[in-house]
Amino acid sequence: MAWKRKDLLSTQDLEAGEIAEVLDTAESMKEIASREIKKVPTLRGKTVVNLFYEASTRTRTSFEIAGKWLSADVINFSASGSSAEKGESLLDTAKNIEAMSPDVVVVRHKASGAPALLARHLRCAVVNAGDGAHEHPTQALLDLLTIREKKGALGGLGVAIVGDVTHSRVARSNIHAMRTMGMRVTVAGPPTLIPAGCQELGVKVSHRLEDVIADADVIMMLRLQHERMKGGFIPSVREYSRVWGLTLARLERCRPDVLVMHPGPVNRGVELAPEVADSRYSVILDQVANGVAVRMAVLYLLTGSKAQ
Amino acid sequence: MNLLIANGRVLDPANGVDAVQDVLVQDGRISRIGRALRAPAGVERIDATGKVVCPGLIDVHVHLREPGHEYKETIASGTRAAAAGGFTAVCCMANTLPVNDNRAVADYILARARVEGVVRVYPIGAVTKNLDGAQLAELAELAEAGCVGFSDDGRCVMNAEIYRRAMEYALPFGVPVISHAEDCHLAHAGAMNEGIVSTELGLPGQPAAAEEVMVARDIVLAELTGAHLHIAHISTAGAVRMVREAKARGVRVTAEATPHHLLLTDEAVRSYDPNTKMAPPLRTKRDLEAVVEALVDGTVDCVATDHAPHALSEKEDEFAEAANGVVGLETAVPLLLDRLVRPGTLDLAALVTRLSVAPARLFNLPGGSLSPGANADITVLDLEEPWTVNPTRFRSRARNTPFAGLIGRGAPVMTIVGGARVMP
Repeated sequence: MAWKRKDLLSTQDLEAGEIAEVLDTAESMKEIASREIKKVPTLRGKTVVNLFYEASTRTRTSFEIAGKWLSADVINFSASGSSAEKGESLLDTAKNIEAMSPDVVVVRHKASGAPALLARHLRCAVVNAGDGAHEHPTQALLDLLTIREKKGALGGLGVAIVGDVTHSRVARSNIHAMRTMGMRVTVAGPPTLIPAGCQELGVKVSHRLEDVIADADVIMMLRLQHERMKGGFIPSVREYSRVWGLTLARLERCRPDVLVMHPGPVNRGVELAPEVADSRYSVILDQVANGVAVRMAVLYLLTGSKAQ
Repeated sequence: MNLLIANGRVLDPANGVDAVQDVLVQDGRISRIGRALRAPAGVERIDATGKVVCPGLIDVHVHLREPGHEYKETIASGTRAAAAGGFTAVCCMANTLPVNDNRAVADYILARARVEGVVRVYPIGAVTKNLDGAQLAELAELAEAGCVGFSDDGRCVMNAEIYRRAMEYALPFGVPVISHAEDCHLAHAGAMNEGIVSTELGLPGQPAAAEEVMVARDIVLAELTGAHLHIAHISTAGAVRMVREAKARGVRVTAEATPHHLLLTDEAVRSYDPNTKMAPPLRTKRDLEAVVEALVDGTVDCVATDHAPHALSEKEDEFAEAANGVVGLETAVPLLLDRLVRPGTLDLAALVTRLSVAPARLFNLPGGSLSPGANADITVLDLEEPWTVNPTRFRSRARNTPFAGLIGRGAPVMTIVGGARVMP
C-alpha cells in the first residue's frame, strides 16, 4: 500500500498495513547501515529540521543520522540558545521555520499535543518525536521492528509493559501499535503510575510484577521518570526498585526466550538491574540500531508521498 | 424610552404568563401588558409577531476583565457582547487587576459601567484580599458599594476556616457566597478531566473528585453557618447529586451550569484545541447528562456563561500551557435554544426561568419579570432565526469559543435595557 499521510503524529490511528509498510521499508534501510559508505541519494535536496524543545540525545541523533544517510540536509534546532528561550511561542517559531521551506519538521516537546498544533499550521510533514505523556510513535515502530526481527511475527505475542505508564508516551504508542498488530498487552505498575481508564485502551492491568512477566514473550521496562513526578506517586526510588525492578533472579523464572526491552535511557539499578541490561535477554542496543532504520523509513515515506 | 412591543408571545414565568400580548414600555419601565394595547402618541411600535418576548436575560457569571486586563475584554466590549447575546444584566467576577477586593475597585467598575456599559453590570466582590485565600476582603464595604455576591472565582478558598468566616460575615448582607469548587491539590496541574481521554492524550487530568470534595465541604459549611452558598459552574454527576440531596434537606444551596458543560464532553479535547480548555474542565457524557437532568429538574437553578475572554496569544498555545476559559455571552442563548429547547429536552419557559427570574432571585437583582412598574429590561427571541457561530463577528474582544462554525436556529433578536434598544 502507498503511504498517504502528511504527518506522523501518533500510532493510535495507524492501520496494520501502514505499520507493516514502515517496518518493511525500515528493513530494507538496514542494509545501508552495513555498507562502508553509508549514504544513499534518496532525499538529496530535502531539508529536515529537528526541532527539539526537550533534552534528547538518542532520538535527536537517530533522526539526524537517518536524515544524513539519506542525503537530506539536517538542521538541529534545540530550545536552548534559540528563540524559544526568549519566550517566542511555539507557533511563531514554527512559522519562522516554515518560511525557510523545510520538507520535514521533527518535533519533540514537553507539551502533549504540540506536534498536532504544528501539523495544523505547517504545510510540511511533521513527525512527532515525543510529546509530553502523549505519544512517541517512532519509538513504538522501532520496538515492533526489533520484536519482529527476533520473533519472526507480531500477532499473538504477549507483552508486559512495566513501570511508570502514567508519564510514558512510549507506553501509549506501543499499546496502540501492538494492539493494532494483534498482540496481547498487559501493563503493570503501582496503581499511582497506571493512568485512569487504562483498561479502555484494550490492555490488561496488573499490580504484581511476577504475574505479568511469567508468561510474557516480551518485557518492556519503562524508565521511572523522576523529572515528571511532582507529588506522591511513589514513596521512594528504593522501594520502587525493590518491588518493580527487573532482576536476573526474577528474569530466570520467565520464558527462556523472553526479550527484555527498554526505551532508554536506563536508570540502572532502578527499573533494570545492571546485569539484566547486559544479559542475553536484553535487546536494548538492537532497539537503538533499529531506531535509525525506522526513522529513515519514516522520513522516506513522508517525503516520498505527496501531502494532500 | 417609550415602546409598544406588539403581538409577541409574552413569556413571563415570574407572573405565569405565556400568551400573545402587547407590552407597553413608558419612561424605561413596563407600563402595561395586555391585548391590543393602543400606542400613545410618540411611542415606537415594534412588531413582535411570531417572536417570544421575555424578561431581560441575566448572566450571573462573566469576566469583563476591566480593570487591568483590557487587552482581553473591557466593560464596553463585554457589555456589547452581552447585549448581542440577549442579556440585559451581567455579574462580573472579581479577578481583575487590581482585584475587586475593596470599595474603590467596585466603585470604579460601576462608574465605568455607567459611562461605557450598555447592559446592567453588577460586580461580584472577592472573598479574600487579592484572592489569596488568607484574609477576608472588606465584605461590608463591598456589599455597600453594590457587590451582589462574593467569590474568589478562578481560585478556590482552600482554607475551610476562612471560607466559614466569609459565609458567616456575609450573612447580614443577604448575598450569596459563590464557590469555585476545585481542590487545588487534587486538581494539581490537571489540564482536562481525568479519564480515558486524558490518558489517551497524555494530558494531566484532574478527577471529578477535585470538584466534588469542595462541593461537599462547602455544603457542610453552608449548613454550619446558614449562609446562602451558590455553586458556580457545576460540572460533575457527583456534585449534582450532593446539591440535590442538600436542597432536599433544606440547606441554602443553589447552583449554576454553563452552556459548555451542558453541551460538550471531554471528547472535544481530542483535537488539543485550547478552546476546549476551561476550569472546571469538560467532563464525561455521564456528567453532562447529570447536569442537563439537574437543569431540567431545577437542581441547577440557573444557566451562567462563565464568559472568560482571552487574547489569541493566550489560547493559541500548547494545550497544557494555554489559559483556561471560553467566551459565552454571544453563543449561550442560541446554543441552548437549538440544542436543548428545540429537541424538547428543556422547555422554553424553563430556559427563560433559568436565565431570568431564577438568577434575579438568587442574587437579589431587579428584573427577571415583566411586572408593571419593573425596569423595562426585555429580550426578544426568534425561535426560527438561523445562525452560524462566527467568532470574527463577536462584539467581545475575544474569539476563544469551542463552538466556532456550529449552525442552528433560534436566537435573541432584540435586547432592551431600561426601555432602550441595545441590540440590534
